[in-house]
Amino acid sequence: MSNANQVDPAKAAELFILHDQIHEPMHDRFLWATMQRRDAEAAAIPEWEELREIASKIKEHTLTHLDHYLEEFEENATKRGAHVHWALDAAEHNAIVYSILKDHGVEELIKSKSMLQEECQMAPFLQNRGIRVIESDLGERIQQLDGQPPSHIVFPAIHKTRQDVARLFARTVGTDPNNDDPHLLTEVMRNNARPRFLAAGAGMTGGNFAIAETGTFMVCTNEGNADIGASVPPLHIASIGIEKLIPRVEDMSVFLRLLARSAEGVPLTQYSSHFTGPRKGGELHIVLVDNGRSRRLGMPDFWHSLKCIRCGACMNTCPVYRRSGGLSYGATYSGPIGVILDPTFDEFKYSELPFHSTLCGSCTDVCPVKIDISDQIFKWRRVMAEKGYLPLTKRLSFAVAGRILGHSEEYHAMESLAGPAMVLAPHFLLYNRSLNPWGRSREIPPIAAQTFRNWYLENRSEHADIEQ
Amino acid sequence: MQTSNSSRETILGAIRNNLPKNKVEHPRIPLFQRSGRPLKSEFEQHLKEAGGVAHDVPTVAEAEAKLLTLHPGAKVICSAVPEISGTRRVERVHAPHELADVDVGVVRAQFGVAETGAVWLTQEDLVVDALAVLSQHLVVLLDPEQIVCDMHEAYRRVRLNETAFGCFMMGPSATADIEATPVHGAQGARSLNLFFLPPKPIPALRVRQEPQ
Repeated sequence: MSNANQVDPAKAAELFILHDQIHEPMHDRFLWATMQRRDAEAAAIPEWEELREIASKIKEHTLTHLDHYLEEFEENATKRGAHVHWALDAAEHNAIVYSILKDHGVEELIKSKSMLQEECQMAPFLQNRGIRVIESDLGERIQQLDGQPPSHIVFPAIHKTRQDVARLFARTVGTDPNNDDPHLLTEVMRNNARPRFLAAGAGMTGGNFAIAETGTFMVCTNEGNADIGASVPPLHIASIGIEKLIPRVEDMSVFLRLLARSAEGVPLTQYSSHFTGPRKGGELHIVLVDNGRSRRLGMPDFWHSLKCIRCGACMNTCPVYRRSGGLSYGATYSGPIGVILDPTFDEFKYSELPFHSTLCGSCTDVCPVKIDISDQIFKWRRVMAEKGYLPLTKRLSFAVAGRILGHSEEYHAMESLAGPAMVLAPHFLLYNRSLNPWGRSREIPPIAAQTFRNWYLENRSEHADIEQ
Repeated sequence: MQTSNSSRETILGAIRNNLPKNKVEHPRIPLFQRSGRPLKSEFEQHLKEAGGVAHDVPTVAEAEAKLLTLHPGAKVICSAVPEISGTRRVERVHAPHELADVDVGVVRAQFGVAETGAVWLTQEDLVVDALAVLSQHLVVLLDPEQIVCDMHEAYRRVRLNETAFGCFMMGPSATADIEATPVHGAQGARSLNLFFLPPKPIPALRVRQEPQ
C-alpha cells in the first residue's frame, strides 16, 4: 500500500521504559487505577453484561444495514438544516473542511478532540494553508504545544508528568517552570483558550454517535470544550466516521451507560451533548468520512472492529500498552484497538503491531461492545505471516517452533532430552539484544528440573494409562 | 461548498458491496429492574460525586438568598428563569459572545437522572446555548419531582426532534489530563450548584383559561 517504513513498537517501548524510573511506572499506575474504577462501576450494575451484549448487537445490526442508516441520518440532518458532506478519504475530508472555512473567511478555528481528524492529519493540512488550528481539550492542547500526537484516545497526555507539562507551558506560554500544580496549569490553559473561543471563526468537533432516527450527533467531553466550540463561533463543522451510526434515540441509553464507565470509571462524561441541526443563529456542517471503513466492512475477520466506541478500556487494561506508552505504536490508534485498526490503513507499515501483544485476552473481556480484539490480533499475525511481513528472526524461530510443536513425539523428545540445552539456547535466542528487544527488561522464570508431563506420570499414576 | 455526489454514491456503493452477509436483528432493550432507592437521594449522591452540590431551597426567596451567599462577588448574573431576575436577562442577549463576562448563569433543567446526577438542558431552557458553558459558575434549578431513574428513562423523555441542542450535564466542567489529577473548571463552568425548587405556577395560563 505504501512504502513507509515499518513502525517498531518494541524499540519505541524500550525507550519509554528505559527513559527514567518515573514515566513508565506512573503511566502504568494511572491507567491501572482507571481500570479498577471501571471494574467497580461495571460490578455495581447488575445488567452490565447484558448491556454489553445489547450494545454489541445494536452495532452489528447497524453495520449490517449501514447504507440504510446513513441515508436516514443524512435525510433527517438535512431536514433539520445541517449541511451533510461525504468524504471518501482523508484527503477529501480535509479538502471539504478547508473549502467550508475558506468560503467563510475563517482564519482561526478552535477544535475539540477528534480521533478522526487525527486520522486525517487535518490540523497540519489546514495550517499549511494558513488557517490556525487550536486544540481546546487540555490534553490535546498539551500534545499540540509539544508537537506530539495524542498518546491515548481518552487521556492524550497521560504519559507526561506534571513537571513535563510545567516545563512545556513555561517554554510555550511563559508560565513559571517550577509551578507544576495541575490546578494552576489547568487554569493557565483555561485563560489561554477563552479569548480564542471568542475570536475563532469556526468550532470543530468530532462525533461519538450519530442517530439516524433524528439526524442528531452527540459529543462527550468532560471540559465542555466541544460545547463552547459549538455554541460560540458562528460555524460548527463536525467530522464523523460512517461507523458511528446508531438507529434510534433510545439506543443511546445503552451506549452512554457503557461509555464513560468503561473509559474512566464514572457514570457519564460531564457533558453529553446532542446536536440536531444548527443552533439558533449558527451554521452546521457534518462531514461523513469513509477513509477505509467501507473496505473494512467487507473483511470477514475484521469488520467487528467497526463497532468500537473509542472508550480506551482495552488500552487501560493492556499490560503491553501500560508499559509501552501510546506513542510507541507509531500510529493514530494505539493499544489493542490500534493493533487491529491500524493495519487496515497500511498493512506493511503496521505489520509489527499485532506482535505488540501478549494475547492475554483482557481487552476482549472489557470491551463494552464485545469486539473480539485478541482474536483479531491473532488473525492479523497470520495475515502478516502470509504476506511475508514477518521480520527474519520471527520467521526463523516460528519455523522451528512450528515443526516441533506440530509433532508430539519430537516435542516430548526435545522436552526431556534437550532440556538442559534449552536452558541455554533459548535464552540466547530470546534475549539477544539485537534479535529480540522484548526480552530486554524482562526475564523468563527458570526452567524446572522435571517436566510437568513426567511429574504427572509419576504422581498421578492412576491416570497414567490415559497418557500411555 | 456542495459535496460531489459521486463520493456519496461511491461510499454507499462500497458499503452495499461489502455488507456482511448475515444480517443482525436489532435487539430489544428490556426494562431493567431498579433498586427502588429514593430517586432524589440517589441523584444527590451522584451529583456530589460529579463535583456538583445540591441544595434544598423550597422558596424563591431562599433561592435568591442562597445564590448571593454562594456567589457574593458576582457582578453579572445572567438568568434564563422567571423566578430569579439576575442582573441580565438571557432573552436580551443576541450573540453568544455577549456572555463572555457572565459570573453566574441561572437555568432550569427539565429533569435530572438519578443514575448519574446529570440534568437535561436544551437550547429552549438556555435560550442561548453558550450560557451553559461560558458562565463562570452555574446555578441549575430542578423540580425534585422531575427525576427519572436511569438513562433509559431519560432517553424516553428527551425530544431530540424538537431542539437543536440538548445536553446531559453532570456537574461542572472537569479534567484529569495532567497526571490524572481531577480539576474542576477546565473550560466550562467552574462550579454547579443545583437548587431543588419546583417551578412557580404560571398565572397567565389560568387567566387565559377563564371563560369570556
